[in-house]
Amino acid sequence: MNFLRKYYYGDIPGENLGGGKSSEAKEWPLWEVFIRSKQGLDHKHVGSLHAADAQMAIENARDVYTRRQEGVSIWVVESKFIHASNPDEAESFYEPSNDKVYRHPTFYDLPDELTHM
Amino acid sequence: MSVQELEQIFNDKIENEVRIEPRDWMPEKYRQTLIRQISQHAHSEIVGMLPEGNWISRAPSLKRKQILIAKVQDEAGHGLYLYSAAETLGITRDQMIEQLHSGKAKYSSIFNYPTLTWADMGAIGWLVDGAAIMNQVPLCRASFGPYSRAMIRVCKEESFHQRQGFETLLVLSKGTDEQKAMVQDAIDRWWWPSLMMFGPHDSDSQHSEQSMKWKIKRFSNDELRQRFVDMIAEQVKLLGMTLPDPDLKWNEERQHYDFGPINWAEFWNVVSGNGPCNKQRLDARKKAWEDGAWVREAAVAHAEKRATRKEMVAA
Repeated sequence: MNFLRKYYYGDIPGENLGGGKSSEAKEWPLWEVFIRSKQGLDHKHVGSLHAADAQMAIENARDVYTRRQEGVSIWVVESKFIHASNPDEAESFYEPSNDKVYRHPTFYDLPDELTHM
Repeated sequence: MSVQELEQIFNDKIENEVRIEPRDWMPEKYRQTLIRQISQHAHSEIVGMLPEGNWISRAPSLKRKQILIAKVQDEAGHGLYLYSAAETLGITRDQMIEQLHSGKAKYSSIFNYPTLTWADMGAIGWLVDGAAIMNQVPLCRASFGPYSRAMIRVCKEESFHQRQGFETLLVLSKGTDEQKAMVQDAIDRWWWPSLMMFGPHDSDSQHSEQSMKWKIKRFSNDELRQRFVDMIAEQVKLLGMTLPDPDLKWNEERQHYDFGPINWAEFWNVVSGNGPCNKQRLDARKKAWEDGAWVREAAVAHAEKRATRKEMVAA
């Protein structure tokens, strides 16, 4: 069982991000791709790809993820710049909201005659 | 938390159809089996571009050429979605490529067969992509999030592949006697290898049981293979062609088609590297990687140049 703590950036382990300074940069860094499929919608994470820089990443993202007009806007972020919460700590991290039922509209018992609420 | 507790949480997720995401705790064997399966699936897409890529320069019309190019491009994209999913599990692209080239990682055995005529393009789209779809639709519900999402994307695109294949054969089946014979010949060569795509009999399948327990795999090899036979046995009638199996017969009691025995010696031979095109396929991939080294290096150099130029303009 591997007990070493790996540092993750988004979904990718830290040592696998590739890229680096000039002579050592043989492998293109990994980028996460977000696509807005239609005006009015959010950008959604669709996957990752390797590219030498941001412009190439955007062009590659267009070629891989928008072949059937599935995008009007593309964001790319190097995977190493995505910081994520730790799922192992999820229970304690999200605990404060578990017992605050009064935040939900259904907590409030109001007469049926009351309209528009 | 103890390993037992983590394992319990993991098993509960599987039980309740809650997807496992890359940073969730998972048994090491689950991780390894997914790395193996997803990377081999990715390799299959990339190697799968070769038998069809063979006919792009000789497609009979501009329309067919455009369609074939689009299909082959799609396969490249599918490979990329899958490599992307595999990378979330801790393996790098370079490692996966190395495994393919060294023979450590396999790819679907179907791509070790040659494409001898234009009708092969139709047969592949109809039978090979058809079998792939049969396999991939259940994978859309695989327990590992990135794999299931990649499969959903792939399945949306795959149906065009199967339809264009069948349509290609349909057009030929209404043509000259020569064209009709070409269709029948292609079907005769691609039928049995397509059945082999579903893998060995359940009883001989090494990884199946664990994969089913972990809900990576949803249906057994034999189950999917039977569904495929039932489907194709009906579709082939519309082409006015036959499947090369004298034992193929509707069984009223089972409500399925009975079919003949698969040549397992051929299957294991091809899987272990002795198929007609194994060496050719791997050589092509290695050559592409080696010949492309300058492109990878040039891209890095170009990116650095662009970055420097930008800094100079800003300064």
